[in-house]
Amino acid sequence: MVKQRRVLSAGYGINSWLQQRITAVIMLVGIIAVFAFLILANEVIDSNFISWRQFFSFIFVKVFAQIVILAVILHAWVGIRDLWMDYAKSFGLRLVLHTLTVLWLLGSLIYSVEILWA
Amino acid sequence: MEQQQRPKYLDLPKLGSKMSITAKVSILHRASGVLMFLAIPFVLYLFHKSLTSAEFYSSSYGVATCAFMKVVYIVLIWAIMHHMCAGVRFLFLDMHKGIEKGTAQKTARWVMVVSLLLTVFLGVLIW
Repeated sequence: MVKQRRVLSAGYGINSWLQQRITAVIMLVGIIAVFAFLILANEVIDSNFISWRQFFSFIFVKVFAQIVILAVILHAWVGIRDLWMDYAKSFGLRLVLHTLTVLWLLGSLIYSVEILWA
Repeated sequence: MEQQQRPKYLDLPKLGSKMSITAKVSILHRASGVLMFLAIPFVLYLFHKSLTSAEFYSSSYGVATCAFMKVVYIVLIWAIMHHMCAGVRFLFLDMHKGIEKGTAQKTARWVMVVSLLLTVFLGVLIW
């Protein structure tokens, strides 16, 4: 039982706790950037498909967007894992749910790489 | 040690109506988080389409999308706004700012109001 619990627990929670908060701040910066872009796009840049595409061709924008998406994924991992730890009591169920969560998030991450860099 | 098994009855609607505003902000923070977790691939798909299809890009500005999708977008916008506002509040609570009962209730009310106002503002923009 002890070993089982250790496998799917947060271990020493402080790392996850910190991960949750640091990624939160990264996303805050990201969402402010999105708002800034939307306002600027309406005011300054002639906002259309071409300029939107061009914007995402800058390496700086791609790197920034990828970091924000990575922050979302890591943040979601801690949050959803906490959810399963709160509500899924049986080891087997929790193992399945953890695995599905990892697959869901990993798939999303790979998709985001494809979108930004392909 | 064996724990006593007692029958439990949780009257959820009653519990909900008795919930303090701080508890409501907390549970909605979790609910909005789950919603966004499920929506990640969908939002990435929208982002992908906006970068690859000129047709989709112009229609995603509001004119050609159906009402159902707009409601979906608005629910997602609310989830982001609530999660963000409540999250900022939790960050301050982590730093032991605003942990007095009265202040915590006041900031919880602000989270509800500000996130709803932001949702209405952005909702009107996309409609």
